Amino acid sequence: MKLKKNIATSESGFVFNPSSGDSFSLNTIGAEILLQMKESKSSEEIKKDILNRYDVDKSLLEKDWDDFMSQLRDNNLLEF
Amino acid sequence: MNEVAKRKICVAVTGLNAIDSPGPGIAVIRGILDCTAWDVKIIGLSYESLEPGIYMHDIVTKTYQIPYPSAGSEALYNRLIQIHEQEQIDVIIPNFDAELQNFIKISKDLKKEGIGTFLPSLAQLEARDKVNLYNFGKQHNLLVPADRIIYKAEDLKSVIEQFDFPIVVKGKYYEAVVAYTLEQAQKAFHKLQAKWGLPIIVQQFINGTEINIAALGDGKGNTISAVPMRKLYITDKGKAWAGITLEDQSLIDLAQHFISATKWSGGFELEIMRTTDNKPYIMEINPRFPAWIYLTTGAGQNQPAALVKMALGEEVKPYTTYEVGKIFIRYSWDLITNIEEFQKISAFGEL
Repeated sequence: MKLKKNIATSESGFVFNPSSGDSFSLNTIGAEILLQMKESKSSEEIKKDILNRYDVDKSLLEKDWDDFMSQLRDNNLLEF
Repeated sequence: MNEVAKRKICVAVTGLNAIDSPGPGIAVIRGILDCTAWDVKIIGLSYESLEPGIYMHDIVTKTYQIPYPSAGSEALYNRLIQIHEQEQIDVIIPNFDAELQNFIKISKDLKKEGIGTFLPSLAQLEARDKVNLYNFGKQHNLLVPADRIIYKAEDLKSVIEQFDFPIVVKGKYYEAVVAYTLEQAQKAFHKLQAKWGLPIIVQQFINGTEINIAALGDGKGNTISAVPMRKLYITDKGKAWAGITLEDQSLIDLAQHFISATKWSGGFELEIMRTTDNKPYIMEINPRFPAWIYLTTGAGQNQPAALVKMALGEEVKPYTTYEVGKIFIRYSWDLITNIEEFQKISAFGEL
């Protein structure tokens, strides 16, 4: 899952797609995930980092991860 | 160090109706005034006494009323020469679709009097007219929705056999109504006919994201500037009340393709509907700057100033970059004036 190269993100969770003009607000964890995706970290690396730092069940993380990725895809923020 | 005196120029501009569905004049003026290359005097050219720009004395030095387009090109020429004798106009920028034909017709005569313009030719103006747009698109390999040109409301019945609802019913010069039933289409036909005359254009409805491109061609096929914008807030008349500049090379390519194919001279706006499968349909081509043109200045491509330079005969290099994510937000402002001012422009045609 790769974020499109031109997507602008900020630490506060604001996301801007310069091709479509769409903007989005993410919560803290969403913003963290996107910033790590911007740093070209793999899905596994990011998920591992979340499991290390948060008290979250692995299966719940997988479910939420898939849901978040599908939202990013639906909003045209991911490379095909 | 002595400051080098700037060249003094006088630019006359129409479209001072900075109302809810605004003319581009005030935005064009702001762009020109932002350019530090000259010492500019702005002359307003108005049609009606309550065009807000007439009263904006901080940016418009003086305004003169000019005859309505229906009075013809000779009446316009005579009035402009009268104003020129007072003000020594260097450049005129007309900003309404309906007046362009007259201005183009007299542009050579104006040039002889020392007044520059930078306008498309009559042939270019007519080729991109709503009435000819579909064929124009086919000729130049541009995506344009299918349409029918009709002169009678009864023809709508045969149109709906061709297109599925909804359909877009468009006036000759301005306004468009999306109709979902035959009754709505008939109502729109009569309303638009009464306001703008015939024919009426009925266009296939295209679903997607509205994107506009403001661009400037040098008349030789070169693109001086092209800036795409997505509307972020749309009024009930379909006008952008806020918008943002986009980064999308395919949109720039589209504007460049249009300019190289037509050798367009002057400013224009492409109204695009981008479908979910990323096809850019050209819905309309406006043969002048749009009302949001000041965003191009804000984003780093001052199209109004570039047009003035070309109208003055100066060489202008194409812009290559602009700021993406630059936003304009329009606002309304109550300007207070006195009855004496309104009286002057109404009675004497000058203020």
